Amino acid sequence: MGEQGLASYFQFNNVNWPNVWTAAWETLWMTVISVLIVAIFGILLGLLLYQTDGSKNPAVKVLNWVVGFFVNVFRSIPFIILIVLLLPVTQVVMGAITGAKAAIPSLVVSAAPFYARLVQIAFNDVDNGVIEAAYAMGANSWQVVRKVLIPESMPALVSGITVTAISLIGYTAMAGAIGAGGLGQLAYTDGFQSYNNAITLAATVVIVIIVFAFQYLGDWITRKVDKR
Amino acid sequence: MIELKNISKTFQTKEGEVRAVKDINLTINSGEVYGIVGFSGAGKSTLVRMLNGLETPTSGEVSIDGIRIDNLSGEALRKQRKKIGMIFQHFNLLWSRTVLENIMFPMELSGISKEERTKKAQNLAELVGLGDRVHSYPSQLSGGQKQRVGIARALANDPDILISDEATSALDPQTTDEVLDLLEDINRQMNLTIVIITHEMHVIRRLANSVAVMDDGGLIEKGPVSTVFTTPQEELTKRFVSSEVDNSQTPDIQQITADLIKKYPNGKIVSLKFHGDQVKLPIVTEMIREFPDVTMSILEGSIHQIGDQQSAIGTLFVQLLGEPAEVEGALDFLNKMRVETKVINNG
Repeated sequence: MGEQGLASYFQFNNVNWPNVWTAAWETLWMTVISVLIVAIFGILLGLLLYQTDGSKNPAVKVLNWVVGFFVNVFRSIPFIILIVLLLPVTQVVMGAITGAKAAIPSLVVSAAPFYARLVQIAFNDVDNGVIEAAYAMGANSWQVVRKVLIPESMPALVSGITVTAISLIGYTAMAGAIGAGGLGQLAYTDGFQSYNNAITLAATVVIVIIVFAFQYLGDWITRKVDKR
Repeated sequence: MIELKNISKTFQTKEGEVRAVKDINLTINSGEVYGIVGFSGAGKSTLVRMLNGLETPTSGEVSIDGIRIDNLSGEALRKQRKKIGMIFQHFNLLWSRTVLENIMFPMELSGISKEERTKKAQNLAELVGLGDRVHSYPSQLSGGQKQRVGIARALANDPDILISDEATSALDPQTTDEVLDLLEDINRQMNLTIVIITHEMHVIRRLANSVAVMDDGGLIEKGPVSTVFTTPQEELTKRFVSSEVDNSQTPDIQQITADLIKKYPNGKIVSLKFHGDQVKLPIVTEMIREFPDVTMSILEGSIHQIGDQQSAIGTLFVQLLGEPAEVEGALDFLNKMRVETKVINNG
């Protein structure tokens, strides 16, 4: 236990660096895996919202409403409550309720609806004339999605997943506080609960670096795919 | 051959029913360039979109070479659409693809091998004059170049029919003429049926063999371009035609005309219209020799070739001065030579 003044932030001899790297690795792992799953589910859900929007068919209208409703509900639940709410589900799906693996279901459930809305907006922004042209050339709906909708909205899809990934990093830290591991847990248990502010600062710096790295990578890819 | 029989289309909107197309009958022969002209909102776009099933008529029949289009769906409709190329006012290229990849797009849909479609897209790019820009993205091209890509893309599946939806309306006059030249070449080389919709009579005059005039969803006049240009029947058609062949209403000419009327109050302002081979004859010289006491001031004159350049239309806007009997005689002479005369100001 160190001293508790401002100087305590800089008592780096109290920091067990291998633990920091392990925690950073756990955070990265949780983030990357959940971003991948969120990207898939988000695009599927966003596509569903986009395709069912504005339909005159009553069954499709109901589907759009139901999907939209669930997306809005899961987007509104504060993450810390969502984790607790989903504990039984996590137990069934992942076979555990602690550790990085156990954080994945709640991370996905909270971020996928958010990304789905961004995907829907991105698809709505695709020029209708181009979609009409594709149909006029004899494309079927699946070809329009694969060859027009997704490529033509790629910059927005990438910048959307970047924003989502960054909020996911924030969520992993919260999940860490209740046992998911990673930098959040490190800062909470080894830092806060052990009166070791230097560890909290180290965890903060590493997480900021991770966030910046994601932002930079996302911006770079967005620029790369935008040929407008 | 494209046949439209008793086509009507009604849209349900919040404000009630809108009858976009009203009982239209139209036959377009194979290899023909058929122009449909009208103001925006006249129903032209809705009508031509029935040719490739982007719209379906509320009632009536659409058939191409004897095959009913209006009740096709699914795979059969998609197969039919591949035989119809379409170009658009705003080009509708995919910005995410290069020129070559845009031209390849329809061939991908048809499942043509990569090697074959690359080769064919390259040839088409050369045909439209963009052989050296195949790796550019649309954002790097000018409007005219984008439309050339649009044309190459529309030709990729060797269509029987090309639909042009206001394809030159977003282009400047010179680029418009370049694109029209290209379409003319394509029509001649490939014997393609081209259906053009436009609000510019210039496009019709340059390219079309036949023309139909649409107003408020209905077809008000149709026929060979040379006939419609020389003897328009409906008021709207006359307006469209004179917007293209009559240059006498510019502010400059109106100003000079007003000056002349003030200076020679007894003069007659007359517009003369020459049709076909008349434009090549020295009719006016003969008139002056017959009536040497008539003085003529020329205010404006122009000649326009029509359609396949088999026909021409000339206008001459003049002031005639002299003894009333002499002037009348001169006008009679012109009428006898079958020049259309119209007295604008009697003096």
